[in-house]
Amino acid sequence: MKLADDEKAMLDGREGPARQKAMELLLRYGEALGAERFVDTRNVCGTLGATMPFLRDYAAKHGAGIDAVFSEFSLCSAQALEIPKVKVYSCHLQQGLDPERALEQGLGPEAVKLYREGERFFGRLGVNLLNTCAPYLVGNVPVKGEHCAWMESSAVIYINSVLGARTNAEGRESAGAAMLTGKIPYWGYHVCENRRGTHSIELEVEVQDTADWGLLGYWIGEEVQESVPVLNGVRHVPNLARLKHFGAAASSSGGVEMYHIAGVTPEAGTLEEAFGGKTPRAALKYGAAERRLAYERVNTTARDRAVDYVMLGCPHYSIEQIWEACRLLEGRRIHANCSLWIFTPRAIKQLADQNGYTKIIEDAGGVLMTDTCSSVGRVVPKGAKVAAVDSAKQAHYLPAIMGLQAWFGTAAECIQAAITGRWSGGLR
Amino acid sequence: MRKIVLRGRKVVGGRAEGEALVTRDRISGWGGIDPQTGTIIETRHELRGQSFKGKVLVFPGAKGSSGWSAQFHNARLAGTAPAAMLFNEMTTKIALGAVVAHAPAVTEFDQDPLQVIATGDWVSVDADNGIVEVTKRER
Repeated sequence: MKLADDEKAMLDGREGPARQKAMELLLRYGEALGAERFVDTRNVCGTLGATMPFLRDYAAKHGAGIDAVFSEFSLCSAQALEIPKVKVYSCHLQQGLDPERALEQGLGPEAVKLYREGERFFGRLGVNLLNTCAPYLVGNVPVKGEHCAWMESSAVIYINSVLGARTNAEGRESAGAAMLTGKIPYWGYHVCENRRGTHSIELEVEVQDTADWGLLGYWIGEEVQESVPVLNGVRHVPNLARLKHFGAAASSSGGVEMYHIAGVTPEAGTLEEAFGGKTPRAALKYGAAERRLAYERVNTTARDRAVDYVMLGCPHYSIEQIWEACRLLEGRRIHANCSLWIFTPRAIKQLADQNGYTKIIEDAGGVLMTDTCSSVGRVVPKGAKVAAVDSAKQAHYLPAIMGLQAWFGTAAECIQAAITGRWSGGLR
Repeated sequence: MRKIVLRGRKVVGGRAEGEALVTRDRISGWGGIDPQTGTIIETRHELRGQSFKGKVLVFPGAKGSSGWSAQFHNARLAGTAPAAMLFNEMTTKIALGAVVAHAPAVTEFDQDPLQVIATGDWVSVDADNGIVEVTKRER
């Protein structure tokens, strides 16, 4: 790779051993990709610290401090280094638990202590603790063309496609190294040509509510894998929540990091612009049969209709989605055999508290949680066996990670299941 | 015994050998593998329940969560990482994953490794030179 002077200086250790390790790691990574150079970034999102299940065990077993955890898991250095302040605007993604709800989540004081230690440590480094998979809900909203280094597949696809920002799906190590250096390989979706559409998707059915968008994303991901689909025939302009769910689904069943919607997203004023003058590699149709197939695939694990856990908030709920849930929950009471957990960023929970939404949820017997989700934190209500979720992403991962069955449906079907303790949803 | 040689581009250097584990399904890291055992856990994956520990993993590429590298990093620390990785589709997930797993890795082959290599074949990887030698299992 061709290195700039500031990159060479860091690599030579002139800014200390941690930034040197970070640069070495980025260089190995860039060479693995076949990248020719780095690009400067001033917007990095990643997960750090030791609140995730595997990391908690590692830190406990090795008696490792947070600096040692950062050295190994973010810089790939077995030797514990002193970690300096971050060089560029850096935000923390989701954590492994909600420290205010650790008891319900089945976690002891040790896990909370580690969480608090990490909070202090990363606060001192200047990492902004947004603690969410959806930083764009709470103020980190990149601009079109802005070079970013973000983790979290659902956020990567959102900022690339909906906002026109430029990032690849970074990993824990590359994001950590980018925070210390402000550098990331100039490769993939940083480069204009790679952002053009490769597959055309013609919609033959109406795609309207959030669940529809989730199904469409789940189908597309499996069909196009890591390619760049272009949607044509969208008759109802979607909103943030719908595209949040769509992207999360497409980057779970497949590896989609970028898509276009003709006439809607910023790099697709027209179909021609979306494809950049190139002919699509494949033209696919999404009709009633494809929609049914997606529904069957996403409900693969669902068998028993007695639901004991309803989880909403994957990706983390926006204030609009909490408001919608409250309209369905107000004055109702969830079933004695069922738990309802809704996940949102902490900053949005503050809004929900202020608006009285938290009280509506709690009066109905539900809980508004922050920082994590059931799959990331491996936290579910004690004894839960059958979940209902309104997220295709969560329906994809939760059974694999936690061994639960998962029903996928609309938020209204999920809340109905929470109230009756039974799944009565279905494809309309 | 029949031998086949493939040539490709080094992703991560080093030498390794082992039995091939081949899949036509892309692999998810986070939510797709259990790093404690090196086992594929994705619900509808064709290798579900099988372990890649010490194997030469031959697959189309990576998909899913950006936690891909972190899970293969954890697998290395748990001693369950694959001996080597051979794949077709380059992504940031797989490049970083191979780097932090310390797994010799090769891509951009002159022949499709998914066609040439079968599960159970003995595979010797010289990633520094991009050379992969396959000894077909007697059938």
